[in-house]
Amino acid sequence: MKILTPIKRVLDYNLKVRVRPDSSGVDLTNLKMSMNPFDEIAVEEAVRLKEKGIATEIVAVSIGPEQAQETLRTALAMGADRGILIKVDHDVEPLAVAKLLKAVIAAEAPELVFLGKQAIDDDCNQTGQMLAALLDWPQATFAYRVTVEGRQAVVVREVDGGLMSVAVDLPAIITVDLRLNEPRYASLPNIMKARKKPIDMKAPGDYGVDVAPRLKVLKVAEPPKRAGGVKVKTTAELVDKLKNEAGVL
Amino acid sequence: MAVLVVAAHDNSSLKEATAKVLTAALAISPDVDVLVAGHNAQGPCAAAAQLAGVRKVLSADGATLAKQMAEPMEALIVPLMAGYDAVLFAADTNGKNSAPRIAAKLDVMQLSSVIQVLSPTQFVRPIYAGNALLTVESLESKKVLTVQPTAFKPVAGGGAAPIEAIATPGGPFKSAFVSEELAKSDRPELAGAKRVVSGGRALGSADEFRSVIEPLADKLGAAVGASRAAVDAGYAPNDYQVGQTGKVVAPELYVAIGISGAIQHLAGMKDSKVIVAINKDEEAPIFQIADYGLVADYKVAIPELTAELSKIGY
Ligand SMILES: Cc1cc2nc3c(=O)[nH]c(=O)nc-3n(C[C@H](O)[C@H](O)[C@H](O)COP(=O)(O)OP(=O)(O)OC[C@H]3O[C@@H](n4cnc5c(N)ncnc54)[C@H](O)[C@@H]3O)c2cc1C
Ligand SMILES: Nc1ncnc2c1ncn2[C@@H]1O[C@H](COP(=O)(O)O)[C@@H](O)[C@H]1O
Repeated sequence: MKILTPIKRVLDYNLKVRVRPDSSGVDLTNLKMSMNPFDEIAVEEAVRLKEKGIATEIVAVSIGPEQAQETLRTALAMGADRGILIKVDHDVEPLAVAKLLKAVIAAEAPELVFLGKQAIDDDCNQTGQMLAALLDWPQATFAYRVTVEGRQAVVVREVDGGLMSVAVDLPAIITVDLRLNEPRYASLPNIMKARKKPIDMKAPGDYGVDVAPRLKVLKVAEPPKRAGGVKVKTTAELVDKLKNEAGVL
Repeated sequence: MAVLVVAAHDNSSLKEATAKVLTAALAISPDVDVLVAGHNAQGPCAAAAQLAGVRKVLSADGATLAKQMAEPMEALIVPLMAGYDAVLFAADTNGKNSAPRIAAKLDVMQLSSVIQVLSPTQFVRPIYAGNALLTVESLESKKVLTVQPTAFKPVAGGGAAPIEAIATPGGPFKSAFVSEELAKSDRPELAGAKRVVSGGRALGSADEFRSVIEPLADKLGAAVGASRAAVDAGYAPNDYQVGQTGKVVAPELYVAIGISGAIQHLAGMKDSKVIVAINKDEEAPIFQIADYGLVADYKVAIPELTAELSKIGY
């Protein structure tokens, strides 16, 4: 079985976000970029299925700038077999990403697609669900456990209030949540090996997909700052303040 | 211009989030209908009919909708959209699961976790874990939104909208519900709670989490939350996670115990009215946003706090 893992290059999650003074967006100049953390979990899950002999090939796809090749190399070092970079120099919205992925899927015919549940830059949480709709495939979002059984995958999902288990016919779209696995660090030999693995360079035009944004960004602003509070010395003082100053007890 | 609000409910009761999403919907148009998609969901239908400003309630009641799975929700809602200009969901796991599927079928870009409706075409939503707020214009033919309920006040009750039954999708579908494990608790629901007590990695074990965090929460009538680190380590269930990729809460009182205050955690609680932090490290970033900070070992502070609360009648 072939597995596709779409991965996004995003601002590293450890870094502080700076809004540009002209309100046009977030300043990413010279900042460390990494694979979206959820996508690492997606790649890891695919690699584990390959190690179990269930998957035969893992193809990582990224839509982004030239440098997203580095992100693809990380996936290859983790165990993906080859990469596809669809080069676009501006932000691509989830709907357009889903359309590009649909076209990749038409060419590659994977049986499972593992995406992150959410990109930590746009915080959209849309792409996997959109892709499932465009393909008329079933979806299992926010995966906590994935078991492939014949022509089905049984997925335990993280939902409000607990866990929900669903069965999806293959081919299917699965978006992964934080507790599915702990992604491995690529070993040095595997990083070396990854340098030789192929990455196909493509453009949106190769797939006939229009990637022009549908939404117009009017402004990107800093959120209002919370005024700093006070330190209390004792729990008695805390309770007194909560009752008599804040009025919440 | 007519707007459809998809009710948040569990077949037995209507979630308060619905009344909050309605406030967002009414900022787009006065013509708002509520769709209750479920099975044996008479209770939520009746409750939705009482919300102020609802034109009518559409009741789609059938077995395929019992779990509000994305495929039947798509089959139900996409045809309905011929009569609406916008559809709004709560940004809960059901809304996040179904809304993008519907948007893609309508060939429109969705807006996720909207926190402000500036006009029928302009919206504000957080990006980068709430470290930036994006104001965006959508000129899409149909608007598909998930709405962050904590950012809106609920509409009042006292309405009496008519309830109209509509057909439910028959299937077959390629996904099927197997089972669920839902936590049963007498505590308030985390997402809408007035008070939240959260524990972090400092608690060190599930037993400690249960014996320290839960009694304090119960004393305060609060919901229990947790940081990702506490959930990952198995101290607390998944659905307790507060943050960028967990639940967003905005209670009157949020008590963070042994939580450092990573941006991903702050994203889920920084709009709380009053924040209390108890942490033994005075440099912990949580203190930068806490209204009241207590630098202390929770092992000493929580028993004391419990005793102080008892003194004032808790
Ligand atoms: C993609 C992604 C998504 C994420 N999403 C979320 C999310 O939704 N929610 C979330 O919370 N995190 C999220 N995180 C994780 C986040 O970055 C932090 O790692 C996490 O919030 C840390 O949890 P913590 O504060 O409990 O642990 P730590 O950062 O380890 O902090 C523990 C704190 O306890 C204090 N402490 C220790 N002992 C005591 C004691 N005896 N008494 C008092 N204080 C004590 C310490 O001083 C320290 O400040 C996400 C991370 C990633 C990469
Ligand atoms: N530009 C992109 N290239 C590859 N995959 C992407 C891209 N954007 C989003 N994805 C995938 O879709 C998931 C959800 O993203 P989003 O809907 O933007 O929150 C991510 O975790 C990725 O798996």
